[in-house]
Amino acid sequence: MSSQAVARGPARMRTRTRAQAGRRRTLRNQVLLWVGVVATILFCLFPFYWIINTSLKTGAELSQGSLFPHHPTLDNYSSIFQNSDFTTALRTSLIDAGAATLIALSIGSFAAYALARLRFPRKFLILAIVLSISTFPPIAIAAPLFKLWTDIGLYNTYLGLILPFLTFVLPLTIYILTSFFREIPKELEEAALVDGATHFQAFRKVVLPLAAPGLVTAGLLAFIFAWNEFLLSITLTSDPSRRPVSAAIAFFTGSSQFQIPIGTISAATVTITVPLIVLVVIFQKRIVAGLTAGALKG
Amino acid sequence: MATTAEATFVKPRKRRRSGLSERRLAAAMVSPSLIVILIVAAYPIIYAIWLSLHQYSVIHPGLSRWVGLDNYKDAVTSSSFWSAVKTTFVFTIISVSLELVIGMGMALLMHAAFFGRSVLRAVVLVPWAILTVGTAIMWRSIVAPDVGFFNQVLKALHLPGANTVWLAHNGYALAVMIFADVWKTAPFMALLLLAGLQVIPSDLYDAAKVDGATAWQRFVRITLPLLKPAILIALIFRTLDALRIFDLPYVLTRGSNGTTTLSLYAYQQLTDNRLIGPGSALSVLTFIIVMAVSLLYIRLAGDNLRTMAAES
Repeated sequence: MSSQAVARGPARMRTRTRAQAGRRRTLRNQVLLWVGVVATILFCLFPFYWIINTSLKTGAELSQGSLFPHHPTLDNYSSIFQNSDFTTALRTSLIDAGAATLIALSIGSFAAYALARLRFPRKFLILAIVLSISTFPPIAIAAPLFKLWTDIGLYNTYLGLILPFLTFVLPLTIYILTSFFREIPKELEEAALVDGATHFQAFRKVVLPLAAPGLVTAGLLAFIFAWNEFLLSITLTSDPSRRPVSAAIAFFTGSSQFQIPIGTISAATVTITVPLIVLVVIFQKRIVAGLTAGALKG
Repeated sequence: MATTAEATFVKPRKRRRSGLSERRLAAAMVSPSLIVILIVAAYPIIYAIWLSLHQYSVIHPGLSRWVGLDNYKDAVTSSSFWSAVKTTFVFTIISVSLELVIGMGMALLMHAAFFGRSVLRAVVLVPWAILTVGTAIMWRSIVAPDVGFFNQVLKALHLPGANTVWLAHNGYALAVMIFADVWKTAPFMALLLLAGLQVIPSDLYDAAKVDGATAWQRFVRITLPLLKPAILIALIFRTLDALRIFDLPYVLTRGSNGTTTLSLYAYQQLTDNRLIGPGSALSVLTFIIVMAVSLLYIRLAGDNLRTMAAES
């Protein structure tokens, strides 16, 4: 405090020159700032632009690599939607990722509430188990699940992917929801408890409705992570009718065997990405809150 | 955390009401998740260890014999294993460091750019939202020979390397993989760090400015120390992800030209070569390595958090 007061004295005497230098400096900083902003936007968006650009080209234009499509066409898009493998894979992904998300939200919200609010022994151990599961490398469970699933008939099924998706989707959901539940003021529940509600009623009627934004965030992130999954998807399915879209586009081979599939692959990539980008941009605040949940509370 | 949880638990507070007791309700609410985790994570890991101690016949499915630690011995004495370890760690260290530096730059920018902030925040989420497989396909087409954007630029600027097939060279292939990963995840890092920046009280900076601290001094003396928890969390997330990397090398190169990571190597042994025993041993080794690194981080972070708590 005292050093501030000392510094203020001489500063006032040199106000004019300082102000001029300062103005020049702020101008320079402003320019640098905007250069940085533009550079960041280009860095983030250009690669995606490039694949959109590729997806709008066909035939000879594909091999020219120009920055703009001179004859933009949606042929690649119509061809992937005529490809039943691709549309089936889209449906499979919606089913797998959607079901994993719903299951994780329903059982995860119970666990998260208990972890956030109830007093019970070995709470820390359970939290530690949940968190350590999320660090599992999927390869470690891929081989045993492959063997297990072929033995009990879950290979090439929806359930055969939904269950392993839960290994990473469920810890994520529990983690996010626990931090959301902690932020809901305790007084509201306590009021309900005083009025004679049970803990479970307090959870269902008071906490859950208030945690709706948290459920949306956790659900979105869970869905995105499951939609993204690749290793388990290619290990536990081989049938195109049960392969999710991430696995399908990696093995995409165009609509005819003579066509170079880069155009259609690009179109498929754009198609499965755009819905996610739209969702992410609409819910950006919630997603950032979910991604950073707990990260700052140590 | 453990102590506080226990402390609140011991607190004797009798509640008389209908319904389940708090303890039993907690058990009932936690158990579905724990059961699922046991079935889909714990059991497979134990089964993987079991598989890794056996040798399986390729010709007669189902035929197996106990070989003890032989698969592990074979793994740690093979050069392919160590080259996969090296690739994985080189990839992890370089990409996570670059992500931290670039992510920090982006975070500071977003923090400073008052008008651009919301636009930037939406924009940096775009790479994050793209499927990793999609990212790999995208970068594969950008660095493609002849038609790829990168070689076009080199050609236009008359720079050397315009005819290089980047993914066909050792070193370059790994560099492309690292760049693709940095592109996809630096924004994620930036968002975590931005959240950390936003809780640093601005009067600290004002006071430092009045004291005549330069921007660099303010960054090193105020921002970095206060951002340490956010940095550590971001590093843990990213390091563990990078150590497990599979989709990028699989789609970019199928692991050729020095891009075979541990996960990919184990996968190839398991599926392409149908070596269930040795492949499981590799999976278990990958698991142990990832666990060891995460424990190391937790120790580091734990010490840090304790000293910070002691200082405050």
